[in-house]
Amino acid sequence: MNESNTPLLQVKDLRIEYLTAGAPFAAVRDVSFDIHRNEVLGLAGESGCGKSTIAYALMRLHKPPALIRSGDIRFEGRDVLAFDKEVLRAWRWSDVSMVFQSAMNSLNPVMSILGQFSDMLKAHGKISREDIIARTAEMLEMVGIAADRMQAYPHQLSGGMRQRVALALALTLRPKLIIMDEPTTALDVVVQREILQEVLRLRDELGFSVLFITHDLALMAQISDRIGIMKEGEIVEIGPTEQVVTNPQHDYTRALWSAMPVLKQIEEAEIYVS
Amino acid sequence: MSAEHSDSVPPDILRLEKITKAFHIKPVFGPAKTVEALRNVNLSLRPGKALALVGESGSGKSTVGRMIVQHYKATSGRILFEGSDIANMADRASQMTYRQAVQMVFQDPFSSLNPAHTIRHHLQRALRLHQPDHSSDADVCRILDEVELDSGSTPDKYPHELSGGQRQRVNFARALAVNARLIVADEPTSMLDVSIRKSVLALMQRLKAERGLSILYITHDIATAEYLAEDTAVMFRGQVVEQGPTGEVVGAPKHSYTQLLRAAVPDPRQRLRAHDAGFAGRAKEVRAASAHLVTGMVEHSPGHFIAQH
Repeated sequence: MNESNTPLLQVKDLRIEYLTAGAPFAAVRDVSFDIHRNEVLGLAGESGCGKSTIAYALMRLHKPPALIRSGDIRFEGRDVLAFDKEVLRAWRWSDVSMVFQSAMNSLNPVMSILGQFSDMLKAHGKISREDIIARTAEMLEMVGIAADRMQAYPHQLSGGMRQRVALALALTLRPKLIIMDEPTTALDVVVQREILQEVLRLRDELGFSVLFITHDLALMAQISDRIGIMKEGEIVEIGPTEQVVTNPQHDYTRALWSAMPVLKQIEEAEIYVS
Repeated sequence: MSAEHSDSVPPDILRLEKITKAFHIKPVFGPAKTVEALRNVNLSLRPGKALALVGESGSGKSTVGRMIVQHYKATSGRILFEGSDIANMADRASQMTYRQAVQMVFQDPFSSLNPAHTIRHHLQRALRLHQPDHSSDADVCRILDEVELDSGSTPDKYPHELSGGQRQRVNFARALAVNARLIVADEPTSMLDVSIRKSVLALMQRLKAERGLSILYITHDIATAEYLAEDTAVMFRGQVVEQGPTGEVVGAPKHSYTQLLRAAVPDPRQRLRAHDAGFAGRAKEVRAASAHLVTGMVEHSPGHFIAQH
């Protein structure tokens, strides 16, 4: 396969419906987009617009009543929707991993940090206890947590540290794509900045793509290479960050920009169409 | 109280004087410990104005809010409501007056309304308790109008039929129903969608301007603080590190922690790079320096105080 030219992930005409008592509700309506290697693609939109549904469906983590009706998801040219159980299990996390919404609470509260790494590593191959400990230490250090905290339980760590652990877990198997579903919403701005900086540093170091889902447009503009704006299950605008920020084409994008209070000093630079 | 104020300056509606709060934690396992949630906090709220209390999670800002609505008692220090210490309000009548005047709006609009009751019930109950003469359906509609909710269809709806923003409006309506004069709003917009956040802020702005409500606006988002509040106080590790007029505190912060907070606010013009130009290092230094005990406040310009460590 041509490594450089084909996008890492290609989504074509993806349609996801939720079965309800009445007519099925289409949460994602024929959405198409690509994610290239080493690219950060931002996906923004108000709650209920289908952005998290897409995130889950990409890893086939969606559960009934959600159903993929039609469309195509290709990862390095392989048809993800055709994967059988075993292939899917091996593919998840080693090629695509996820930092969940409120990742702070996605850790198992009754397992030590080491236990959670151990679970994940064992599920993806035979590995000795010494190697598990060495690997956990390496990953924790990588995200800026002292290795001796691996015996700690999630409640003994601060919110920011738990978020870093979730990030470390997602990075351990060196995936090519990490889906981040509102990874920093529960954190304050200083910690948020530190963690995102960490993500970008690691991307430079390891090389991976990110699908970054958030409703904070300003934050998204800071980290993404391209931005897609979603409304009611459709991508209404997708383009380079520069363009979506300075010259949004769609009315809804402009409405989203004007709906959030922005610091006066930033606003005075008049970068948005108001 | 009145003696220290000239006629032109209305007295503060609420004052916190040297408030300290320590929580004694006795876990099932491990040793008991004491957490100093607030250390020598002084704040004042002016009538008809909003004070924003800004800080990271765990800085003690919610503890301040909960002490004002008497969820917690202060370890030391006093809270003065229109000049009288709320700890001395022993009898039922004065307690009732205080509770009527000071209301709280919580962060999570999805858990702060009773799912088994209609909106009419929520509002009428507050009206019956505090204004028995004004508890008719017409009064419910009047209050709903005031928070810009449809007074025709909303009363019969249940909380699950409303969006987060609408529910938050119901919470404000409930505070209005008892004729509150001070609303403690603890992150009222942080769980709302971006697209409606500003409209809820605009509602608070209008209530403040038209009804003369005082608002203690607790938030970690300094952009919204700038939008709503006349005054801002920045908290870190249980201490106020900088306070004063919002324009100065947010526009030209002087304390290193406020500057750090200000620098971390996402700015769409500025792309983040893998090299953070020392941000993480600076954050660490500033946090360590700001955690030290505040030894005094220096007045940088009128009303703008900066903590000295």
